[in-house]
Amino acid sequence: MAYDKFTKLTSTAVPLPIENVDTDQIIPARFLKATTRDGFGDNLFRDWRYNGDDTPKEDFVLNNPIYSGKILVGGKNFGSGSSREHAAWAVYDYGFRCVVSSFFADIFKNNCLNIGVLPVQISPEFLNEIFEAVYEDPKTELVIDLEAQTITLPSSGTQESFDINGYKKGNMLNGFDDIDYLQSMKSEIESFTETRPF
Amino acid sequence: MSKSLFDKVWDSHVVRKIEDGPDVLYIDRHLIHEVTSPVAFVGLKSRGLTVLYPKRTFAVADHNTPTINQHLPVEDPLSANQLKTLENNANEYGISHWGLGHQNNGIVHVVGPENGITLPGATIVCGDSHTSTHGAFGAIAFGIGTSEVEMVLTTQCIMQPKPKKMRININGPLSKGVTPKDVGLYIISQLTTSGATGYFVEYAGDVFENMSMEGRMTVCNLSIEMGARGGMIAPDEKTFEYIKGRPMTPKGADWDKAMAYWETLKTDEGVVFDKEYTFDASDIEPMITYGTNPGMGMGISKNIPSAESVEGGKATYDKSLAYMGYAEDEQMIGKKIDYVFIGSCTNGRIEDFRAFASIVKGRKKADNVTAWLVPGSHIVEAKIKEEGLLDIFEEAGFVLREPGCSACLAMNDDKVPAGKYAVSTSNRNFEGRQGPGSRTLLASPLVAAAAAVTGVVTDPRELL
Repeated sequence: MAYDKFTKLTSTAVPLPIENVDTDQIIPARFLKATTRDGFGDNLFRDWRYNGDDTPKEDFVLNNPIYSGKILVGGKNFGSGSSREHAAWAVYDYGFRCVVSSFFADIFKNNCLNIGVLPVQISPEFLNEIFEAVYEDPKTELVIDLEAQTITLPSSGTQESFDINGYKKGNMLNGFDDIDYLQSMKSEIESFTETRPF
Repeated sequence: MSKSLFDKVWDSHVVRKIEDGPDVLYIDRHLIHEVTSPVAFVGLKSRGLTVLYPKRTFAVADHNTPTINQHLPVEDPLSANQLKTLENNANEYGISHWGLGHQNNGIVHVVGPENGITLPGATIVCGDSHTSTHGAFGAIAFGIGTSEVEMVLTTQCIMQPKPKKMRININGPLSKGVTPKDVGLYIISQLTTSGATGYFVEYAGDVFENMSMEGRMTVCNLSIEMGARGGMIAPDEKTFEYIKGRPMTPKGADWDKAMAYWETLKTDEGVVFDKEYTFDASDIEPMITYGTNPGMGMGISKNIPSAESVEGGKATYDKSLAYMGYAEDEQMIGKKIDYVFIGSCTNGRIEDFRAFASIVKGRKKADNVTAWLVPGSHIVEAKIKEEGLLDIFEEAGFVLREPGCSACLAMNDDKVPAGKYAVSTSNRNFEGRQGPGSRTLLASPLVAAAAAVTGVVTDPRELL
């Protein structure tokens, strides 16, 4: 599904300094029964966000009004576990356009790139600096420039470059997806199929 | 040029290489299920696209299916709708469909190999991370997201950067009571849940050579739990023996032609891996997890390790132990449990039920334990009956349920209640994985059986 273009984003951030955040936490399995991709944001981090009686847990960051923004900052190995793309949909549907961490699980990262959420991997030191800055002042902004492949914390001036492969970058900047590309090489695929032994 | 098993299979499936971009990888077999496919079909329809090769796609209902009274309509309307949507999409696009009640139904990663859909040297994807299971046959198999399901449906290809190569060698005899599940949990405990992220793993050494195909599937299944895209084991005589004559494997001259190819599928001498680990089989004992990710596991006789010795930081460690209701340095043996689950794509095959039976035979289920025995497929279920295992289970006070993913992920009715402890042969112990607030201890079928008859965490070696 084609998505909105991503070029440059300046936003406050929501801090979640927990390591190994798995996709079962991002969106628990019992919410995967839908047959369309909308509305998952309501259940983003459901069991960390709400008590069993659906009252909000006050100490969870999404329930703290002082933190907001289009950037989610998570701990190392963000998005491990299940391949459910619903996790990326929930992140997007809630309003995040970018996830920052010092390390991402593979499938989650791919899923994000495929739906227009930019995963930005930075050093553990910079990640800590961001957490500290946001805790000190929740109005702290981050600037993510996809064209230049940089992430900047203007309050301290710290900047890092991040990796993204050129093809995926082009897709994000233009709002294209892989299907657009694959459709253009259909006859090549059909010829290849004829060479398969089974 | 010398090549690894992984390189041979991957490279032969590259339709096009993109500079500074992913490879366009051809997919031989695409497995779909009811949870991660509906939105992909919505995408196809909205773009006016169709399924390019319906015969290369196989639809199986498993995540949402009940494990009792499968002959009755599914009660949960959302589950029923998802199952119906899978069936309708399969029918509309000419895809074979093994839905609830079909004789071949079961967990997609169990029925694929059983029916010969899974073949050496093939590329296999599914919108489920445990697709890595099929690597046991020397296939490249990995889980994908729903956007990628849509891609494969309409072009039979996926766009992926080629992962790096890792080899894990384990040699020597396994000790008494140590099963393939223990080998898998041991590797994850050593590498951590992110230790193989970015890699595709080849398992090598006599431990894997001596393993049954069922055992190899268990190990490959767990590859994703250390972050790997997938794991694979070179096909050998045992592999060919397993697949020969299955309904969907090549026959006659096609078989001979395929065999000529399959026999080339091994890592050449002198190949250098991006990362390589070697472990000693004698260091592995029956394993159990104590925390909330599969890397938080240890030998069952040990005490819960300290925060400093665990990857993930103290805050994460403390959160995890608080969730589990455990404390640093406690021993796991003797901890009370409430539920036992044997099943899932990790341990729902016949060998697992044989192992479970070896301990419960002649004993009785503990009164405080609710046990869910869930075969991975109708074929496994039939074997359990044929081999007399069902009689053993029933005499011990257990009931056999019908196939499905069951309590592995609690999308169906099999949910462990909040606060309760489950010894589970499945693959994940994340918070709430088996139901909101549930607490999961991952273990082998032998450990599960020992817990089921004693009501507490028990070293299975004492009961063998």
